[in-house]
Amino acid sequence: MPNPFLERKLKLDILKSLRSPAKREPRRTVTCSGCKTELEPDVFALALNVCPSCGLHMYISAAARFTNIFDGGEYSEPFPCAAPRDVLAFPGYAEKAAEQSAKSGLSDAGLAAEGKIGGTYAIAAAIDISFMMGSMGTSAGGTVTRAAESAASRGLPLVIFCAGGGARMQEGVFSLMQMIKTSAAIRRFSGGGGFYVSVITNPTTGGITASFASLADITLAEPGALFGFAGPRVIEQTIGEKLPQGFQSGEFQLDHGFVDAIVPRAEMRGTLARLLALHAGARI
Amino acid sequence: MKTPEQLAPYDRVKLARDAGRPGSDDYIAALIPDFFEIHGDRAFADDPAVICGIGTFGGRTVSVAATCKGRTIDERVRRNFGMAQPDGYRKFLRCLAQAVKFRRPLVTFIDTPGAYPGKSAEERGQGQAIAECLYQTSAAPVPVVTVVIGEGGSGGAIALGVADRIIMLENSVLSVLSPEGFASILWKDASRAAEAADVMKLTAADLLSFGVADTVIPEPRGGAGEAPKLMYRRVGAAVRDALAELSQLTETELLEARYRRYGSFG
Ligand SMILES: [Zn+2]
Repeated sequence: MPNPFLERKLKLDILKSLRSPAKREPRRTVTCSGCKTELEPDVFALALNVCPSCGLHMYISAAARFTNIFDGGEYSEPFPCAAPRDVLAFPGYAEKAAEQSAKSGLSDAGLAAEGKIGGTYAIAAAIDISFMMGSMGTSAGGTVTRAAESAASRGLPLVIFCAGGGARMQEGVFSLMQMIKTSAAIRRFSGGGGFYVSVITNPTTGGITASFASLADITLAEPGALFGFAGPRVIEQTIGEKLPQGFQSGEFQLDHGFVDAIVPRAEMRGTLARLLALHAGARI
Repeated sequence: MKTPEQLAPYDRVKLARDAGRPGSDDYIAALIPDFFEIHGDRAFADDPAVICGIGTFGGRTVSVAATCKGRTIDERVRRNFGMAQPDGYRKFLRCLAQAVKFRRPLVTFIDTPGAYPGKSAEERGQGQAIAECLYQTSAAPVPVVTVVIGEGGSGGAIALGVADRIIMLENSVLSVLSPEGFASILWKDASRAAEAADVMKLTAADLLSFGVADTVIPEPRGGAGEAPKLMYRRVGAAVRDALAELSQLTETELLEARYRRYGSFG
Protein backbone atom coordinates (compact mmCIF):
# COMPACT_ATOMS: atom_id res chain seq x y z
CA MET A 1 0.00 0.00 0.00
CA PRO A 2 1.33 3.47 -0.78
CA ASN A 3 2.39 5.34 2.32
CA PRO A 4 1.86 9.12 1.91
CA PHE A 5 4.51 9.97 4.52
CA LEU A 6 7.12 7.82 2.89
CA GLU A 7 6.17 9.22 -0.51
CA ARG A 8 6.66 12.72 0.80
CA LYS A 9 9.99 11.85 2.39
CA LEU A 10 11.04 10.28 -0.85
CA LYS A 11 10.23 13.38 -2.86
CA LEU A 12 12.03 15.58 -0.35
CA ASP A 13 15.08 13.30 -0.63
CA ILE A 14 15.05 13.72 -4.38
CA LEU A 15 14.81 17.47 -4.00
CA LYS A 16 17.65 17.50 -1.48
CA SER A 17 19.84 15.47 -3.77
CA LEU A 18 19.31 18.05 -6.48
CA ARG A 19 20.26 20.98 -4.27
CA SER A 20 23.98 20.67 -4.40
CA PRO A 21 25.61 24.06 -3.68
CA ALA A 22 26.79 24.41 -7.27
CA LYS A 23 23.26 24.04 -8.62
CA ARG A 24 21.65 26.35 -6.07
CA GLU A 25 22.62 29.61 -7.78
CA PRO A 26 22.38 30.67 -10.45
CA ARG A 27 19.32 28.50 -10.74
CA ARG A 28 19.67 26.16 -13.72
CA THR A 29 16.67 24.95 -15.61
CA VAL A 30 16.21 21.75 -17.58
CA THR A 31 15.15 22.12 -21.20
CA CYS A 32 12.71 19.54 -22.54
CA SER A 33 14.35 17.98 -25.58
CA GLY A 34 10.91 17.63 -27.18
CA CYS A 35 8.95 20.87 -26.76
CA LYS A 36 11.88 23.00 -25.45
CA THR A 37 9.94 24.06 -22.36
CA GLU A 38 12.22 25.31 -19.58
CA LEU A 39 11.60 23.27 -16.45
CA GLU A 40 12.56 23.91 -12.84
CA PRO A 41 14.85 21.06 -11.75
CA ASP A 42 12.72 20.17 -8.74
CA VAL A 43 9.56 20.09 -10.82
CA PHE A 44 11.36 17.93 -13.36
CA ALA A 45 12.58 15.50 -10.67
CA LEU A 46 9.15 15.28 -9.03
CA ALA A 47 7.72 14.45 -12.44
CA LEU A 48 10.30 11.62 -12.72
CA ASN A 49 12.04 13.41 -15.60
CA VAL A 50 8.86 13.51 -17.66
CA CYS A 51 8.03 16.84 -19.28
CA PRO A 52 4.75 18.16 -17.79
CA SER A 53 3.97 20.05 -21.00
CA CYS A 54 4.46 17.43 -23.71
CA GLY A 55 4.82 14.19 -21.75
CA LEU A 56 8.24 13.36 -23.17
CA HIS A 57 9.92 10.68 -21.06
CA MET A 58 13.51 11.80 -20.72
CA TYR A 59 16.54 9.98 -19.30
CA ILE A 60 16.26 8.86 -15.69
CA SER A 61 19.01 7.06 -13.78
CA ALA A 62 18.73 3.42 -12.76
CA ALA A 63 18.89 4.50 -9.11
CA ALA A 64 15.95 6.89 -9.57
CA ARG A 65 13.99 4.12 -11.28
CA PHE A 66 14.57 1.81 -8.32
CA THR A 67 13.57 4.57 -5.90
CA ASN A 68 10.42 5.09 -7.93
CA ILE A 69 9.26 1.47 -8.01
CA PHE A 70 10.23 0.01 -4.64
CA ASP A 71 7.92 0.61 -1.66
CA GLY A 72 9.01 3.71 0.20
CA GLY A 73 11.91 4.03 -2.20
CA GLU A 74 13.67 1.36 -0.14
CA TYR A 75 15.74 -1.33 -1.76
CA SER A 76 19.05 -3.09 -1.37
CA GLU A 77 21.66 -3.97 -3.96
CA PRO A 78 22.21 -7.73 -4.00
CA PHE A 79 25.54 -7.44 -5.81
CA PRO A 80 27.63 -4.54 -7.05
CA CYS A 81 27.99 -3.52 -10.67
CA ALA A 82 31.36 -4.83 -11.87
CA ALA A 83 33.82 -2.59 -13.70
CA PRO A 84 34.26 -3.30 -17.44
CA ARG A 85 36.69 -6.06 -18.34
CA ASP A 86 39.13 -5.16 -21.08
CA VAL A 87 38.92 -8.67 -22.50
CA LEU A 88 40.37 -7.78 -25.91
CA ALA A 89 43.04 -5.39 -24.56
CA PHE A 90 41.27 -2.87 -26.77
CA PRO A 91 43.22 0.36 -27.41
CA GLY A 92 41.83 3.20 -25.28
CA TYR A 93 39.04 1.17 -23.64
CA ALA A 94 40.38 1.38 -20.10
CA GLU A 95 40.69 5.18 -20.39
CA LYS A 96 37.25 5.52 -21.96
CA ALA A 97 35.70 3.40 -19.20
CA ALA A 98 37.42 5.46 -16.48
CA GLU A 99 36.20 8.68 -18.07
CA GLN A 100 32.64 7.36 -18.36
CA SER A 101 32.75 6.15 -14.80
CA ALA A 102 33.82 9.58 -13.53
CA LYS A 103 31.10 11.26 -15.59
CA SER A 104 28.25 8.92 -14.65
CA GLY A 105 29.28 7.83 -11.16
CA LEU A 106 28.70 4.22 -12.23
CA SER A 107 31.10 1.30 -12.65
CA ASP A 108 29.21 0.09 -15.74
CA ALA A 109 25.71 0.17 -17.20
CA GLY A 110 23.91 -2.71 -15.47
CA LEU A 111 22.54 -2.35 -11.93
CA ALA A 112 20.51 -4.69 -9.75
CA ALA A 113 18.23 -4.10 -6.78
CA GLU A 114 15.79 -6.00 -4.62
CA GLY A 115 12.94 -5.04 -2.36
CA LYS A 116 9.17 -4.91 -2.18
CA ILE A 117 6.98 -3.58 -4.96
CA GLY A 118 3.45 -3.10 -3.65
CA GLY A 119 4.27 -5.59 -0.92
CA THR A 120 5.64 -8.29 -3.22
CA TYR A 121 9.34 -9.02 -2.92
CA ALA A 122 11.09 -8.89 -6.30
CA ILE A 123 14.47 -8.57 -7.96
CA ALA A 124 15.00 -5.76 -10.44
CA ALA A 125 17.75 -4.86 -12.85
CA ALA A 126 18.17 -1.76 -14.97
CA ILE A 127 20.47 -0.63 -17.73
CA ASP A 128 21.62 2.94 -17.18
CA ILE A 129 22.46 4.60 -20.50
CA SER A 130 24.64 7.25 -18.88
CA PHE A 131 27.49 4.72 -18.99
CA MET A 132 28.67 4.24 -22.59
CA MET A 133 25.11 4.55 -23.88
CA GLY A 134 24.10 1.43 -22.00
CA SER A 135 25.93 -0.86 -24.38
CA MET A 136 26.09 -4.46 -23.14
CA GLY A 137 29.49 -5.74 -22.13
CA THR A 138 30.43 -8.55 -19.80
CA SER A 139 29.52 -6.41 -16.78
CA ALA A 140 25.93 -5.56 -17.77
CA GLY A 141 25.41 -9.06 -19.20
CA GLY A 142 26.66 -10.42 -15.90
CA THR A 143 24.27 -8.21 -13.90
CA VAL A 144 21.25 -9.38 -15.89
CA THR A 145 22.38 -13.01 -15.65
CA ARG A 146 23.01 -12.85 -11.91
CA ALA A 147 19.68 -11.11 -11.33
CA ALA A 148 17.88 -13.90 -13.23
CA GLU A 149 19.85 -16.63 -11.44
CA SER A 150 19.23 -15.05 -8.05
CA ALA A 151 15.52 -14.68 -8.78
CA ALA A 152 15.42 -18.32 -9.94
CA SER A 153 17.13 -19.74 -6.88
CA ARG A 154 14.99 -17.69 -4.47
CA GLY A 155 11.71 -18.09 -6.33
CA LEU A 156 11.28 -14.33 -6.80
CA PRO A 157 9.76 -12.42 -9.71
CA LEU A 158 12.09 -10.46 -11.95
CA VAL A 159 11.68 -6.95 -13.40
CA ILE A 160 14.21 -5.60 -15.90
CA PHE A 161 14.30 -2.02 -17.16
CA CYS A 162 15.79 -2.52 -20.59
CA ALA A 163 17.76 0.10 -22.48
CA GLY A 164 20.89 0.42 -24.50
CA GLY A 165 22.25 0.77 -27.96
CA GLY A 166 23.38 -2.81 -28.28
CA ALA A 167 26.86 -4.26 -28.25
CA ARG A 168 29.84 -2.93 -26.33
CA MET A 169 32.12 -2.79 -29.34
CA GLN A 170 35.30 -2.67 -27.27
CA GLU A 171 34.46 -6.12 -25.88
CA GLY A 172 33.86 -7.58 -29.34
CA VAL A 173 32.70 -11.17 -29.42
CA PHE A 174 32.43 -11.23 -25.61
CA SER A 175 29.68 -8.65 -25.97
CA LEU A 176 27.95 -10.91 -28.49
CA MET A 177 28.19 -13.81 -26.04
CA GLN A 178 26.23 -11.76 -23.48
CA MET A 179 23.17 -12.08 -25.70
CA ILE A 180 23.37 -15.86 -25.34
CA LYS A 181 24.37 -15.78 -21.68
CA THR A 182 21.44 -13.55 -20.65
CA SER A 183 18.93 -15.42 -22.84
CA ALA A 184 20.05 -18.74 -21.36
CA ALA A 185 19.67 -17.35 -17.83
CA ILE A 186 16.17 -16.06 -18.57
CA ARG A 187 15.32 -19.44 -20.13
CA ARG A 188 16.40 -21.28 -16.98
CA PHE A 189 14.53 -18.84 -14.75
CA SER A 190 11.42 -19.21 -16.89
CA GLY A 191 11.75 -23.00 -17.09
CA GLY A 192 11.65 -23.05 -13.29
CA GLY A 193 8.34 -21.16 -13.29
CA GLY A 194 9.80 -17.66 -12.79
CA PHE A 195 7.73 -14.59 -13.64
CA TYR A 196 9.54 -11.90 -15.65
CA VAL A 197 8.33 -8.41 -16.52
CA SER A 198 10.43 -6.51 -19.04
CA VAL A 199 10.12 -2.72 -19.21
CA ILE A 200 11.27 -1.19 -22.49
CA THR A 201 12.76 2.26 -22.03
CA ASN A 202 14.27 4.68 -24.51
CA PRO A 203 16.24 3.52 -26.44
CA THR A 204 16.26 -0.30 -26.52
CA THR A 205 17.93 -1.66 -29.64
CA GLY A 206 20.40 -4.18 -31.06
CA GLY A 207 21.59 -7.00 -28.87
CA ILE A 208 19.44 -5.90 -25.92
CA THR A 209 16.29 -6.19 -28.03
CA ALA A 210 17.53 -9.46 -29.53
CA SER A 211 18.01 -11.04 -26.09
CA PHE A 212 16.54 -10.46 -22.63
CA ALA A 213 14.35 -7.46 -23.53
CA SER A 214 12.18 -9.62 -25.80
CA LEU A 215 11.89 -12.70 -23.57
CA ALA A 216 9.50 -11.62 -20.82
CA ASP A 217 6.12 -12.98 -19.75
CA ILE A 218 4.82 -9.42 -19.80
CA THR A 219 6.47 -6.63 -21.81
CA LEU A 220 5.74 -3.02 -20.85
CA ALA A 221 7.07 0.06 -22.62
CA GLU A 222 7.40 3.66 -21.57
CA PRO A 223 5.66 6.13 -23.90
CA GLY A 224 7.75 7.00 -26.93
CA ALA A 225 10.52 4.49 -26.15
CA LEU A 226 12.44 3.40 -29.23
CA PHE A 227 12.34 -0.42 -29.35
CA GLY A 228 13.82 -2.23 -32.31
CA PHE A 229 16.71 -4.34 -33.56
CA ALA A 230 18.38 -2.31 -36.30
CA GLY A 231 18.40 1.38 -35.46
CA PRO A 232 16.57 3.89 -37.71
CA ARG A 233 19.84 5.22 -39.18
CA VAL A 234 21.03 1.77 -40.20
CA ILE A 235 17.68 1.00 -41.82
CA GLU A 236 17.58 4.32 -43.66
CA GLN A 237 21.08 3.70 -45.00
CA THR A 238 20.15 0.17 -46.06
CA ILE A 239 16.80 0.73 -47.73
CA GLY A 240 17.44 4.35 -48.67
CA GLU A 241 14.07 5.60 -47.57
CA LYS A 242 12.89 7.76 -44.72
CA LEU A 243 11.06 5.91 -41.95
CA PRO A 244 7.63 7.10 -40.88
CA GLN A 245 7.18 9.13 -37.68
CA GLY A 246 6.98 6.86 -34.65
CA PHE A 247 8.58 3.87 -36.39
CA GLN A 248 9.80 1.39 -33.72
CA SER A 249 8.25 3.37 -30.86
CA GLY A 250 6.70 1.45 -27.98
CA GLU A 251 3.28 2.35 -29.39
CA PHE A 252 4.32 1.01 -32.83
CA GLN A 253 5.43 -2.22 -31.16
CA LEU A 254 2.12 -2.42 -29.28
CA ASP A 255 0.35 -2.21 -32.66
CA HIS A 256 2.66 -4.85 -34.12
CA GLY A 257 2.23 -7.26 -31.26
CA PHE A 258 5.54 -7.02 -29.43
CA VAL A 259 4.48 -5.02 -26.36
CA ASP A 260 1.63 -5.67 -23.90
CA ALA A 261 1.05 -2.16 -22.58
CA ILE A 262 2.39 1.39 -22.68
CA VAL A 263 2.93 2.56 -19.12
CA PRO A 264 3.80 6.16 -18.24
CA ARG A 265 6.59 6.45 -15.69
CA ALA A 266 4.26 7.88 -13.07
CA GLU A 267 2.14 4.72 -13.27
CA MET A 268 5.04 2.27 -13.39
CA ARG A 269 5.11 1.42 -9.70
CA GLY A 270 1.34 0.85 -9.57
CA THR A 271 1.36 -1.28 -12.71
CA LEU A 272 4.25 -3.43 -11.53
CA ALA A 273 2.65 -3.83 -8.10
CA ARG A 274 -0.57 -4.97 -9.73
CA LEU A 275 1.16 -7.46 -12.04
CA LEU A 276 3.26 -8.93 -9.23
CA ALA A 277 0.19 -9.24 -7.00
CA LEU A 278 -1.78 -10.91 -9.79
CA HIS A 279 1.05 -13.33 -10.35
CA ALA A 280 1.40 -14.12 -6.64
CA GLY A 281 -2.35 -14.66 -6.38
CA ALA A 282 -2.25 -17.32 -9.06
CA ARG A 283 0.04 -19.52 -7.01
CA ILE A 284 -1.41 -22.53 -5.25
CA MET B 1 50.20 -15.37 -52.73
CA LYS B 2 50.53 -14.82 -48.99
CA THR B 3 51.22 -17.80 -46.76
CA PRO B 4 48.64 -18.34 -44.01
CA GLU B 5 50.97 -16.75 -41.45
CA GLN B 6 51.21 -13.57 -43.52
CA LEU B 7 47.46 -13.03 -43.72
CA ALA B 8 46.26 -9.98 -41.84
CA PRO B 9 42.84 -10.21 -40.13
CA TYR B 10 41.27 -8.15 -42.92
CA ASP B 11 42.72 -10.52 -45.55
CA ARG B 12 40.81 -13.26 -43.77
CA VAL B 13 37.63 -11.15 -43.73
CA LYS B 14 37.97 -10.87 -47.52
CA LEU B 15 38.55 -14.60 -47.86
CA ALA B 16 35.56 -15.29 -45.59
CA ARG B 17 33.40 -13.22 -47.98
CA ASP B 18 34.91 -14.63 -51.20
CA ALA B 19 32.17 -15.72 -53.59
CA GLY B 20 34.37 -18.59 -54.76
CA ARG B 21 34.15 -20.20 -51.35
CA PRO B 22 31.75 -23.14 -50.86
CA GLY B 23 28.48 -21.99 -49.35
CA SER B 24 26.25 -23.57 -46.71
CA ASP B 25 24.19 -25.20 -49.46
CA ASP B 26 27.34 -26.80 -50.89
CA TYR B 27 28.35 -28.26 -47.51
CA ILE B 28 24.86 -29.59 -46.96
CA ALA B 29 24.72 -31.17 -50.42
CA ALA B 30 28.15 -32.77 -50.00
CA LEU B 31 27.71 -34.05 -46.44
CA ILE B 32 24.00 -34.94 -46.41
CA PRO B 33 23.12 -36.34 -49.85
CA ASP B 34 19.56 -37.30 -48.81
CA PHE B 35 18.83 -33.85 -47.35
CA PHE B 36 15.13 -32.95 -47.36
CA GLU B 37 14.56 -29.21 -47.13
CA ILE B 38 11.62 -27.80 -45.20
CA HIS B 39 10.14 -24.43 -46.11
CA GLY B 40 8.35 -21.63 -44.30
CA ASP B 41 7.77 -20.47 -40.77
CA ARG B 42 4.03 -21.39 -40.79
CA ALA B 43 3.26 -17.77 -39.94
CA PHE B 44 4.23 -15.50 -42.81
CA ALA B 45 6.78 -16.62 -45.40
CA ASP B 46 9.65 -18.82 -46.47
CA ASP B 47 12.98 -17.05 -46.12
CA PRO B 48 15.57 -18.31 -48.64
CA ALA B 49 18.41 -16.82 -46.53
CA VAL B 50 17.88 -19.66 -44.06
CA ILE B 51 17.99 -23.32 -45.10
CA CYS B 52 16.44 -25.92 -42.79
CA GLY B 53 15.72 -29.60 -43.11
CA ILE B 54 16.56 -33.16 -42.18
CA GLY B 55 18.88 -35.80 -43.56
CA THR B 56 21.23 -38.63 -42.74
CA PHE B 57 24.65 -37.84 -41.35
CA GLY B 58 27.02 -40.28 -39.70
CA GLY B 59 24.48 -43.06 -39.97
CA ARG B 60 21.61 -41.25 -38.24
CA THR B 61 19.00 -38.62 -38.94
CA VAL B 62 19.97 -35.09 -38.00
CA SER B 63 18.25 -31.73 -38.21
CA VAL B 64 20.17 -29.16 -40.21
CA ALA B 65 19.92 -25.36 -40.35
CA ALA B 66 22.06 -22.76 -42.09
CA THR B 67 22.28 -19.16 -43.11
CA CYS B 68 23.22 -19.14 -46.77
CA LYS B 69 24.47 -16.34 -49.05
CA GLY B 70 24.40 -18.09 -52.43
CA ARG B 71 27.27 -17.94 -54.93
CA THR B 72 25.94 -16.62 -58.25
CA ILE B 73 24.44 -13.13 -58.47
CA ASP B 74 20.95 -14.56 -58.99
CA GLU B 75 21.34 -16.86 -56.01
CA ARG B 76 22.67 -14.03 -53.88
CA VAL B 77 19.71 -11.83 -54.72
CA ARG B 78 17.28 -14.69 -54.07
CA ARG B 79 18.89 -15.40 -50.70
CA ASN B 80 19.14 -11.69 -49.84
CA PHE B 81 22.94 -12.09 -49.48
CA GLY B 82 22.39 -14.34 -46.49
CA MET B 83 20.64 -11.64 -44.47
CA ALA B 84 17.74 -13.39 -42.79
CA GLN B 85 14.31 -11.97 -42.08
CA PRO B 86 12.40 -12.83 -38.88
CA ASP B 87 10.64 -15.53 -40.94
CA GLY B 88 14.00 -17.22 -41.47
CA TYR B 89 14.72 -17.30 -37.73
CA ARG B 90 11.21 -18.60 -37.10
CA LYS B 91 11.75 -21.34 -39.66
CA PHE B 92 14.86 -22.24 -37.67
CA LEU B 93 12.71 -22.39 -34.51
CA ARG B 94 10.46 -24.91 -36.30
CA CYS B 95 13.49 -26.96 -37.22
CA LEU B 96 14.79 -26.78 -33.65
CA ALA B 97 11.43 -27.83 -32.20
CA GLN B 98 11.44 -30.90 -34.44
CA ALA B 99 14.99 -31.75 -33.42
CA VAL B 100 13.93 -31.59 -29.77
CA LYS B 101 10.72 -33.53 -30.35
CA PHE B 102 12.50 -36.38 -32.10
CA ARG B 103 15.76 -36.06 -30.16
CA ARG B 104 17.79 -35.52 -33.30
CA PRO B 105 21.19 -33.84 -33.12
CA LEU B 106 21.23 -30.40 -34.72
CA VAL B 107 23.97 -29.27 -37.09
CA THR B 108 24.10 -25.63 -38.17
CA PHE B 109 26.20 -23.74 -40.69
CA ILE B 110 26.79 -20.00 -40.39
CA ASP B 111 27.52 -17.66 -43.28
CA THR B 112 25.85 -14.26 -43.06
CA PRO B 113 26.80 -10.60 -42.87
CA GLY B 114 24.01 -10.24 -40.28
CA ALA B 115 20.26 -10.12 -39.86
CA TYR B 116 18.46 -8.03 -42.49
CA PRO B 117 18.21 -4.44 -41.23
CA GLY B 118 15.00 -3.40 -42.96
CA LYS B 119 11.60 -1.91 -42.34
CA SER B 120 9.64 -5.12 -42.95
CA ALA B 121 12.01 -7.10 -40.73
CA GLU B 122 11.48 -4.65 -37.88
CA GLU B 123 7.71 -4.71 -38.32
CA ARG B 124 7.75 -8.48 -37.88
CA GLY B 125 10.02 -8.45 -34.84
CA GLN B 126 13.58 -9.11 -35.98
CA GLY B 127 14.91 -8.70 -32.43
CA GLN B 128 12.25 -10.91 -30.90
CA ALA B 129 12.86 -13.64 -33.50
CA ILE B 130 16.61 -13.70 -32.79
CA ALA B 131 16.06 -13.61 -29.02
CA GLU B 132 13.72 -16.58 -29.28
CA CYS B 133 16.38 -18.59 -31.16
CA LEU B 134 18.95 -17.95 -28.41
CA TYR B 135 16.40 -18.67 -25.70
CA GLN B 136 15.11 -21.93 -27.11
CA THR B 137 18.43 -23.34 -28.28
CA SER B 138 20.02 -22.67 -24.89
CA ALA B 139 17.68 -25.27 -23.38
CA ALA B 140 17.28 -27.71 -26.29
CA PRO B 141 18.19 -31.17 -24.92
CA VAL B 142 19.94 -32.37 -28.10
CA PRO B 143 23.57 -32.03 -29.18
CA VAL B 144 24.15 -28.88 -31.24
CA VAL B 145 27.20 -28.48 -33.46
CA THR B 146 27.81 -25.24 -35.37
CA VAL B 147 30.23 -24.72 -38.25
CA VAL B 148 31.16 -21.14 -39.13
CA ILE B 149 32.11 -21.49 -42.80
CA GLY B 150 32.52 -17.86 -43.85
CA GLU B 151 31.20 -14.66 -42.36
CA GLY B 152 29.59 -14.67 -38.92
CA GLY B 153 28.01 -11.26 -38.50
CA SER B 154 26.56 -10.31 -35.15
CA GLY B 155 23.27 -11.39 -33.59
CA GLY B 156 21.96 -12.56 -36.93
CA ALA B 157 24.76 -15.15 -37.00
CA ILE B 158 24.66 -16.37 -33.40
CA ALA B 159 20.90 -16.92 -33.65
CA LEU B 160 21.93 -20.23 -35.24
CA GLY B 161 25.11 -20.51 -33.19
CA VAL B 162 24.15 -21.46 -29.64
CA ALA B 163 26.02 -24.74 -29.64
CA ASP B 164 27.92 -27.35 -27.65
CA ARG B 165 30.76 -27.33 -30.16
CA ILE B 166 31.71 -24.49 -32.49
CA ILE B 167 33.90 -25.37 -35.43
CA MET B 168 35.40 -22.52 -37.45
CA LEU B 169 37.12 -22.69 -40.79
CA GLU B 170 40.56 -21.11 -40.69
CA ASN B 171 39.48 -18.06 -42.70
CA SER B 172 36.03 -17.65 -41.24
CA VAL B 173 35.28 -14.75 -38.91
CA LEU B 174 32.78 -14.03 -36.15
CA SER B 175 32.24 -10.48 -34.96
CA VAL B 176 29.88 -8.12 -33.27
CA LEU B 177 29.58 -6.12 -36.48
CA SER B 178 31.47 -5.78 -39.76
CA PRO B 179 34.91 -4.13 -39.67
CA GLU B 180 33.46 -1.43 -41.97
CA GLY B 181 30.60 -0.76 -39.57
CA PHE B 182 32.96 -0.87 -36.62
CA ALA B 183 35.30 1.70 -38.19
CA SER B 184 32.47 4.00 -39.17
CA ILE B 185 30.93 3.95 -35.69
CA LEU B 186 34.12 4.18 -33.70
CA TRP B 187 36.20 6.41 -35.97
CA LYS B 188 33.52 7.80 -38.33
CA ASP B 189 35.55 6.38 -41.22
CA ALA B 190 34.52 3.13 -42.93
CA SER B 191 37.72 3.09 -44.99
CA ARG B 192 39.67 2.15 -41.87
CA ALA B 193 38.13 -1.34 -41.93
CA ALA B 194 41.48 -3.15 -42.12
CA GLU B 195 42.63 -1.31 -39.02
CA ALA B 196 39.35 -2.16 -37.30
CA ALA B 197 39.80 -5.85 -38.17
CA ASP B 198 43.18 -5.75 -36.42
CA VAL B 199 41.72 -4.67 -33.09
CA MET B 200 38.40 -6.54 -33.26
CA LYS B 201 39.90 -10.01 -32.69
CA LEU B 202 37.48 -11.70 -35.04
CA THR B 203 39.58 -14.44 -36.67
CA ALA B 204 39.12 -18.14 -36.02
CA ALA B 205 42.45 -18.22 -34.19
CA ASP B 206 41.34 -15.37 -31.89
CA LEU B 207 38.03 -17.06 -31.16
CA LEU B 208 39.77 -20.36 -30.45
CA SER B 209 41.98 -18.57 -27.91
CA PHE B 210 38.89 -17.08 -26.22
CA GLY B 211 37.16 -20.46 -26.05
CA VAL B 212 34.31 -19.27 -28.29
CA ALA B 213 35.45 -21.74 -30.96
CA ASP B 214 36.49 -25.29 -30.08
CA THR B 215 38.11 -26.39 -33.32
CA VAL B 216 39.68 -24.59 -36.28
CA ILE B 217 39.80 -26.42 -39.60
CA PRO B 218 42.78 -25.50 -41.78
CA GLU B 219 42.11 -24.24 -45.30
CA PRO B 220 44.34 -24.60 -48.34
CA ARG B 221 46.42 -21.61 -49.35
CA GLY B 222 44.11 -19.18 -51.12
CA GLY B 223 41.10 -20.29 -49.08
CA ALA B 224 38.41 -22.96 -49.01
CA GLY B 225 37.42 -22.26 -52.62
CA GLU B 226 40.74 -23.74 -53.82
CA ALA B 227 39.81 -27.25 -52.69
CA PRO B 228 36.12 -27.62 -51.85
CA LYS B 229 36.17 -31.44 -51.71
CA LEU B 230 38.99 -31.39 -49.20
CA MET B 231 36.99 -28.93 -47.09
CA TYR B 232 33.83 -31.08 -47.22
CA ARG B 233 35.88 -34.04 -45.95
CA ARG B 234 37.48 -32.03 -43.17
CA VAL B 235 34.24 -30.42 -42.06
CA GLY B 236 32.41 -33.75 -42.20
CA ALA B 237 35.06 -35.40 -40.02
CA ALA B 238 35.03 -32.55 -37.49
CA VAL B 239 31.23 -32.58 -37.17
CA ARG B 240 31.24 -36.39 -36.84
CA ASP B 241 33.87 -36.23 -34.08
CA ALA B 242 31.97 -33.51 -32.22
CA LEU B 243 28.67 -35.42 -32.38
CA ALA B 244 30.37 -38.63 -31.24
CA GLU B 245 31.83 -36.82 -28.22
CA LEU B 246 28.53 -35.15 -27.35
CA SER B 247 26.56 -38.39 -27.67
CA GLN B 248 28.42 -39.63 -24.57
CA LEU B 249 26.68 -37.03 -22.41
CA THR B 250 23.27 -37.33 -20.75
CA GLU B 251 20.75 -34.58 -21.54
CA THR B 252 21.34 -33.02 -18.12
CA GLU B 253 25.12 -33.05 -18.57
CA LEU B 254 24.76 -31.60 -22.05
CA LEU B 255 22.54 -28.71 -20.93
CA GLU B 256 24.65 -28.02 -17.87
CA ALA B 257 27.81 -27.85 -19.97
CA ARG B 258 26.13 -25.57 -22.51
CA TYR B 259 24.91 -23.23 -19.77
CA ARG B 260 28.36 -23.10 -18.19
CA ARG B 261 29.99 -22.52 -21.56
CA TYR B 262 28.09 -19.28 -22.13
CA GLY B 263 28.18 -18.30 -18.48
CA SER B 264 31.96 -18.33 -18.67
CA PHE B 265 32.13 -15.34 -21.03
CA GLY B 266 32.53 -12.55 -18.52
ZN1 LIG C 1 8.21 18.81 -23.40
